[in-house]
Amino acid sequence: MIIETSGLRKSFRSRAGRESKTVEAVRGVDLSVAEGEIFGFLGPNGAGKTTTLRMLATLLEPDGGTAVIAGADLRKEPGEVRRRIGYVAQGGSTWDESTGREELVLHARMYGIGKADAQRRAAEALDTFELAEYADRRCKTYSGGQRRRVDIALGIIHSPKVVFLDEPTTGLDPQSRAHMWGEVRKLREMGMTVFLTTHYLDEADALCDRLAIMDNGQIVAEGTPADLKQEVLGDVVSVNAREVAKAADLFDNAEYVRKVETTEQSLRLYVEDGASAIPHVLRTLDAEGVAIEGIELHRPSLDDVFLAKTGRSLRES
Amino acid sequence: MKFLRDTWLVFQRQMQLLLRNPVWVAVGIIQPLFYLLLFAPLMKKALSGGQPISDELAYQIFVPGMLVMVALFSAFSGFGIIAELRAGVIERNRVTPVSRVALLLGRSLRDVVQLLFQAVLVTLLAVPFGLRVAVGDALLAYLLIGLMTLLLSSTGYALGLTLRSEDAMAPMLNTVIQPIMLLAGIFLPLTLAPAWLQNVAKANPFKWATDGVRALFAGHPGDDAVWQALAVLTPLTVLALLISSRTFAKSVR
Repeated sequence: MIIETSGLRKSFRSRAGRESKTVEAVRGVDLSVAEGEIFGFLGPNGAGKTTTLRMLATLLEPDGGTAVIAGADLRKEPGEVRRRIGYVAQGGSTWDESTGREELVLHARMYGIGKADAQRRAAEALDTFELAEYADRRCKTYSGGQRRRVDIALGIIHSPKVVFLDEPTTGLDPQSRAHMWGEVRKLREMGMTVFLTTHYLDEADALCDRLAIMDNGQIVAEGTPADLKQEVLGDVVSVNAREVAKAADLFDNAEYVRKVETTEQSLRLYVEDGASAIPHVLRTLDAEGVAIEGIELHRPSLDDVFLAKTGRSLRES
Repeated sequence: MKFLRDTWLVFQRQMQLLLRNPVWVAVGIIQPLFYLLLFAPLMKKALSGGQPISDELAYQIFVPGMLVMVALFSAFSGFGIIAELRAGVIERNRVTPVSRVALLLGRSLRDVVQLLFQAVLVTLLAVPFGLRVAVGDALLAYLLIGLMTLLLSSTGYALGLTLRSEDAMAPMLNTVIQPIMLLAGIFLPLTLAPAWLQNVAKANPFKWATDGVRALFAGHPGDDAVWQALAVLTPLTVLALLISSRTFAKSVR
């Protein structure tokens, strides 16, 4: 495990008028992230994702708990952690009047890398992220997507083992977003472990090897996107048939069906694995001579998972 | 060694950005220039109670005041750090193992270089008006205002990092700098002030700085005011650097 945390906690004092109260932003986070995976934190704004990330990146001191990142203890040797990780903040990190190349060289040198090596790395990163063309223009002339790519390039200029990306695609147009997903996968191909936060369901689904769903400072579910969806609900096979009631009776005792629901024209079967259930369903119906008008396999979304775990929909929160 | 290397790295970057936008160096000397052109001639008469004094003497009194004024403005450094904070540059620095004190010192040293450049420019521009000063004395005077800049700019950075907003910073600086400026006797020597005002001014370290720089421009490096200025500024600068780098290290942990 390249990241292991246990009981990570952080609270803030916030003041509303005269009253000051303590807000528990992160309340006991236990995580393990395997080397070389893209691990995602999914949750609504204010769930504690960024706070957790900032603690892991040494920017915030945890109130309690422990974490080991790339073999270095977060509490005891933050300097060592800094050398082994990269961090890309949500709000960007480039200075308007500097050029992309200058930013990259300076950033590399802040890690103690020598001048020549820093220049070589900067040139490499500019190529990798298709920025060479704009390398010597000032950052203020870049588009949102270009600027974001410089941010990512800065985060990995010292070849860290782990890179933290805070909401990497927030504020990007759909095309730049798709492009950014490609860049994130590229990081994994380069051998890095990627730890990102997102509040986009499709992003978590498409990009992450594994996910933790966070709400209200706690992890409410963890697993691969497919596992998470399956664990909660399984798949739904809905069958359109004339004789719904008769058909429903057929599945009362079928062991691969978890739950049967009926509506006027359709039968909804909650099954563990839709693909393997469909042939059974068809065979059973056929054997009893029930005419089928249509059959459909519906896979639950991550939003269904969030709903099941928190009682709220992520789209609404 | 790492600390020195990091300081140099930060300093280099800041100098590069400064040279890219040299308009700020010019803006810094416009105000003293106005005073030199529009106020100093008037002061010539005022100083001597109606009897004109020599140009040389007038500018020897007036130019040091302008230099101290420019140095006082280096407390506005805090605005720059707030902009950097907002751009995410400071946070980006924080995730690297770079020395936290270097982040402060590299920036303050840039301010010192900028100020010394402005100081030399203001001095040279006053020469055609009749200013005369020995090079050695001027260099010592620059040392004094260099110390002042280090003190004020590092304090400004600490303030900016603590307040984190221009809206909080501007009224605060104005309120503090205004009386400091008046009590430093930069326009007229405080010897003209009533006794109570002179006593209040003694609590202002920059009054001592102005006196010291004036003594040097008058060609009296042996004057008590010179060592007194050094004795007041040096410990204060060390203290400010210590406190500011702690603030820096803390808020930039």
